[in-house]
Amino acid sequence: MSAVIENHHDDHHHGPDKGLMRWVLTTNHKDIGTLYLWFSFAMFLVGGCMALVIRAELFQPGLQLVVPEFFNQMTTMHGLIMVFGAVMPAFVGLANWLVPMMIGAPDMALPRMNNYSFWILPFAFGMLLSTLFMEGGAPNFGWTFYAPLSTEYAPPSVTFFIFAVHLMGISSIMGSINVVVTILNLRAPGMRLMDMPLFVWTWLITAYLLIAVMPVLAGVVTMMLMDIHFGTAFFNAGGGGDPVLFQHVFWFFGHPEVYIMILPAFGVVSAIIPTFARKKLFGYDSMVYATASIAFLSFIVWAHHMFTVGMPIAGELYFMYATMLIAVPTGVKVFNWVATMWQGSMTFETPMLFAIAFVILFTIGGLSGLMLAIVPADFQYHDTYFVVAHFHYVLVPGSIFSIMAAAYYWLPKWTGNMYDETLGKTHFWLSFVGVNVTFFPQHFIGLAGMPRRYPDYALQFADWNMVSSVGAFIFGFSQLLFLFIVIKCVMGGKKATDEVWDGAEGLEWTIASPAPYHTFSTPPALPERATA
Amino acid sequence: MSSESTYESYYVPHNSPLPIFASLGIFLTVYGGGNILNEMSAGTDSNFGATVFALGSLVMATTLFFWFSKVIEENHAKMYSQQMNKSFVWGMSWFIFSEVMFFAAFFGALFYVRFWVVDWIGGEGERGPSNMLWPDYVPQWPLLNNPNPEIFSTPQGVIGAWGLPLINTILLVTSSFTVTFAHHAINDGERKKIIGWLVVTIALGVLFLFCQAYEYYEAYVHLGLTLNSGIFGSTFFMLTGFHGAHVTIGTIMLIVMLGRAMKGHFTKTDCFGFEAAAWYWHFVDVVWLLLFVLVYVIGT
Repeated sequence: MSAVIENHHDDHHHGPDKGLMRWVLTTNHKDIGTLYLWFSFAMFLVGGCMALVIRAELFQPGLQLVVPEFFNQMTTMHGLIMVFGAVMPAFVGLANWLVPMMIGAPDMALPRMNNYSFWILPFAFGMLLSTLFMEGGAPNFGWTFYAPLSTEYAPPSVTFFIFAVHLMGISSIMGSINVVVTILNLRAPGMRLMDMPLFVWTWLITAYLLIAVMPVLAGVVTMMLMDIHFGTAFFNAGGGGDPVLFQHVFWFFGHPEVYIMILPAFGVVSAIIPTFARKKLFGYDSMVYATASIAFLSFIVWAHHMFTVGMPIAGELYFMYATMLIAVPTGVKVFNWVATMWQGSMTFETPMLFAIAFVILFTIGGLSGLMLAIVPADFQYHDTYFVVAHFHYVLVPGSIFSIMAAAYYWLPKWTGNMYDETLGKTHFWLSFVGVNVTFFPQHFIGLAGMPRRYPDYALQFADWNMVSSVGAFIFGFSQLLFLFIVIKCVMGGKKATDEVWDGAEGLEWTIASPAPYHTFSTPPALPERATA
Repeated sequence: MSSESTYESYYVPHNSPLPIFASLGIFLTVYGGGNILNEMSAGTDSNFGATVFALGSLVMATTLFFWFSKVIEENHAKMYSQQMNKSFVWGMSWFIFSEVMFFAAFFGALFYVRFWVVDWIGGEGERGPSNMLWPDYVPQWPLLNNPNPEIFSTPQGVIGAWGLPLINTILLVTSSFTVTFAHHAINDGERKKIIGWLVVTIALGVLFLFCQAYEYYEAYVHLGLTLNSGIFGSTFFMLTGFHGAHVTIGTIMLIVMLGRAMKGHFTKTDCFGFEAAAWYWHFVDVVWLLLFVLVYVIGT
């Protein structure tokens, strides 16, 4: 070994730097994971405030608080911030923290690029939020930014929206390449792919989806940019283009994107349920194959988002049946989670409560998705609050509950302290009640015909809208409790043991709590394989 | 465990100022770019966008220069293990895959428009009623008669496949061979040959770009085929334009590799920088072949 390596080896055992520059310059996967998670939470609050503006306006029929133009900006920005700013970075943060610890790697494979992936995001979202203060206002065309609303009729700030999306895409692609490379190249010697924890598997597949579809999103916003500033005709039928082309390209990105936001959640839940049921995960192999099948199917079902646009009937039928096929691997997963809990020695700590709520409420969201997949029925449901209820059920008590479950589950490992269990359970029940009170009534008003994205509505929808708004404020404000619980846990509390949970399995539980700044500088020896 | 004896330490840099400068650089570049476009479309006279854009590009270029220098320096200091090199190989492969998907979006758009939209606007198929807007429109490809000629200018013609595009195809395919010859020369350790073949490859790339620029000149000045002349111009210029941009990037990569070859950087077992550039070059070549067939031969 040369002297240089010796030097670098000393480097290796450095603790973190002091002060702000630690966070700006860091290449440590745990620091970067923390950055992602805090950033995500900040965006969650920002996007949540926008949701509360929407729900406050919809508390009663008529226009009370905001003008319709601003209402449109709120629905648009709420969607964009929650999807790209809250849910996706939270999962990347979890991947950063957990993947190297779960596979026995010293860090992410490309640590400097890891830092770059994160630090692009504050710039991107700063630019996106600054559009609120620009002339003509922020983007107001919905988070799906359909042309020509987002091209011919868009405010000038759309240019900055487009570049913000480009930055998010660059960040996501680099982050995903890092995850894929880490998983494929840095597993502890002897760990085969089929030995990996399911969270690692789901992230491997998610990262693949991201690398495949974020460039398509970049392509579609580039076409918008060209249509707006250079007079191309991609989305203008007057020049031989087609606004529907926008929807096809967008949803070719958009549908895999939906699974990008849920597959890591499957991984989280598949880690938590076995721990608190004190049983091995039922059907590990089938979980892996189901995840891969869902990922594959996500590429060939995109047009179910646009049944009412006037597709040839053969297309509608194909997309209907292909979509319904997704229920099969998803059903396999739900079955496996339930079978894991079957006859287990269950306890109900906060992560488990969130995980069980995930299984039940995500299934409700999945079933309403199945209803939406039926073409003739979809003509009735399309663009109503039923759709809003559907995707909020899979995203809020789906993705976001899983993120919270993950936070409670791994916080003791990250901080070395147990969170306050009573407060955690309080947070869970407030969230659980809040989320259902908010979104369940939206099924009813949607089926009754209330269209989405309007600041005003007919009188017959008034009662359930009022209920929904009350639920939204309960859910929104109970997240401040979550913030308090996390800060309290970071500051101190009962010391966590190394194993933390008595039924927990996996390499991350073999290291000290809190996890040392550098873990697995030499790869760990794996425990004997039970199945070999 | 037997694997522990073969364990090589994996290089984890302690911290680095490079990424934050790169973040700042890319942000200033796009923020400036956005301002330039909005100033252009609004017709305002301002240097703000251009100034920020230039500043951002400068920060970005400088940072990338230092970043790659740092990586090369660390490699020469033997800080990288075989495992690290494998990370680079995977990383570059997945990056190229993402580029493939970017082009797929534009090829997909071309396919959709060509096979469905052009006919639908003319009243074919199940979306027939759309022809009521423009009764004079007759579906054809290449689309030289835009449904609404008041907004979209009418081109006189399109670029045929068997002139310049054929020459360009020959240039690029040849360059894919010459870059492989350079790789063989690295394996044989013959530096003069490495430099020679790289110079030839770069020359072919530059020649290609020159031909492409001349083709654009022809299209704009003599044929009236522009970005504004409807969907044919849109898909044609976006596909060939992004390809041209990628050839430019590939050429810059090869020029850097030429500089490194002159310094004697590459050996048979240590030439990943060169290989990455070569893969990128082959990828650009494959995209061109697709373009040649789908845009020029079948497309015109």
